Amino acid sequence: MIRSRNLGRSFGEKTVLEAVNLDVAAGDILLVTGRNGSGKSTLLALLAGLLAPTRGTLEVAAERRSIGFVGHEPLLYQELTAAENLDLFGRLYRVQEHRERSGMLLERYGIWDVRHDRVSSFSRGMQQRLALCRAMLHEPALLLLDEPFAALDAEGVELLSDALAEPSQQRTLVVSSHQPDRLEPIATLRLALEVGRSR
Amino acid sequence: MAALALAFYWVPSDADQGFSQRIFYVHVPVALTAYACFGWGAWKALRLLWTNELRYDLESYTAVHMGTIFGVLTLATGAIWARISWGIWWSWSERQLTLFLILFLFYSAYFMLRYSLEPGPRQARASAVYALFGVVLIPISFLAIRLAENFIHPVVFTERGPQMAGSMFFVFCLSFAGMLGLAGALYQIELFGKRLDLRLQELRRVRV
Amino acid sequence: MTSTASLRLYLSDVLLLARKDLKLEMRSRDTVPAMLLFVVSSLVVFHFAVPSTLSSETERTVAFGLLWIAIIFTALLGLTRAFVAEREQRLLDALVMAPCDRSAIWLGKVLAVVGFLVLAEIIAVPAFVLFFQGVSAVTVAALVLANLGIAAVGTLLAAMAAGSRTRELILPLLFLPLAIPIVVGGIGASVADSPERFLGFLALYDAVFGIISWAAFEYVVTE
Repeated sequence: MIRSRNLGRSFGEKTVLEAVNLDVAAGDILLVTGRNGSGKSTLLALLAGLLAPTRGTLEVAAERRSIGFVGHEPLLYQELTAAENLDLFGRLYRVQEHRERSGMLLERYGIWDVRHDRVSSFSRGMQQRLALCRAMLHEPALLLLDEPFAALDAEGVELLSDALAEPSQQRTLVVSSHQPDRLEPIATLRLALEVGRSR
Repeated sequence: MAALALAFYWVPSDADQGFSQRIFYVHVPVALTAYACFGWGAWKALRLLWTNELRYDLESYTAVHMGTIFGVLTLATGAIWARISWGIWWSWSERQLTLFLILFLFYSAYFMLRYSLEPGPRQARASAVYALFGVVLIPISFLAIRLAENFIHPVVFTERGPQMAGSMFFVFCLSFAGMLGLAGALYQIELFGKRLDLRLQELRRVRV
Repeated sequence: MTSTASLRLYLSDVLLLARKDLKLEMRSRDTVPAMLLFVVSSLVVFHFAVPSTLSSETERTVAFGLLWIAIIFTALLGLTRAFVAEREQRLLDALVMAPCDRSAIWLGKVLAVVGFLVLAEIIAVPAFVLFFQGVSAVTVAALVLANLGIAAVGTLLAAMAAGSRTRELILPLLFLPLAIPIVVGGIGASVADSPERFLGFLALYDAVFGIISWAAFEYVVTE
């Protein structure tokens, strides 16, 4: 699914990621750990195709339509409601019966009751829940989650861990976290980043 | 090579009579060279977008840099020419000068754009797209300037530069060739300097 | 997939994105009211800036010049806001990741910008008639053509500027040299004896810059 050799990325003179070698097969769960500033987000942005490598090679065997991404920002329109956001992305991703699917996700992540409220009125944790709904709307084959637990409350952490632990043959998962206790048991691969370098 | 180009360019202008005419041999070749540089920069920009190879960025940037230098020279020599021919430093009725003023503004914005973007693929791509806009803007602006003469008051100075004939044309071509050579040499030097700079930065980073 | 089907999908993406922008504007009401107020204010300022002792023909040209300057600057005001919703939350990333064609993002935004410009002109033109002089149908046609060119080029440049450090500051610098031909075409169509040439010129500008902006947008928002 993902294969990289000597992958690196720098911004101007600053190198944030260096010499990363990855071999991730379909169905793997890769846990990326490292301190703040170790390049976790950059790696996920590279995998999502938002950034291009400045050295090395990277191959991701997934089309754009089958990648789901949750980043630091929730990537939601603040002045649209939760339902409108999911409607927009459901249509852009051409999800069959996206209404039913988004209703199901909203319910699962406990934000069904506020679906007609604007995102700007949501707490950061609720926005994160909605961001997860957006990323999973099109049932991505490759799901990229950057610090997904960061803003979630205890219940949210529980919900997400359960969803990630569901056995799935098709879905490849890359999760970054600096407190990986929740993910350790399910991870099949681990990558520890140390200020840009893989250890 | 630069010395050769300089020699090429000094000999004919010395052999010539009258300062007003002599500046013509500098002004027009300088202008044409500037166009050539902008065109070259746009070509490299197109190559960058086509192949996604970042090395073209530096080449495109250097070419635009050279083009801007020659563009400023065009404005300066044009102003001197206008001063000598008509006794004024600036004339909107001189189409080429007006065009170069627009281009000067455009390419100054190109540099502003570069400096306000992080060095990297995104800077390279945005700059390339803007450089491509530049070569399209040249003919469109030229057309616009001509059309504008319909409502901005008509040309007072109908007298164009000196008429060319025989030996003058030869000198002109020689001067143009020399100027192109000079631009080419400067381009290579500047490119080398910029590459060296990048290499040094890289080395410094590796040592740290 | 047949080409008609994919074209239909493309257009539905474009309309979806444009409708989203209009909905956002209806809710926040940030941009359009500002554009309306700005265009009327600048016409009033211009009244005081133009000496009234010019000959009538020159005055006519100057007055139309003011109208076109007001339009260009009002457009700039709107364009600096064009990607605000996307920029604040890095939403452009979300759109770029979506499987739709990237140029559909551009075209959707162009449609929204054209909509805002038309609204501004619906106020600006009557105000101009009231304060200065009447306008012909040719001027209106020129405005329609100019809107397309302004929105096409401006949207691309706004996307470029949104990713830069200086953001709003750099957009006018990038845009104004490219707007000179639009001003020439617009004023020419308003005052010259043979306005068809100027309308043709504006159409040429729209076609040329429309095509390169359409093709180039993907490169500006991706790496």
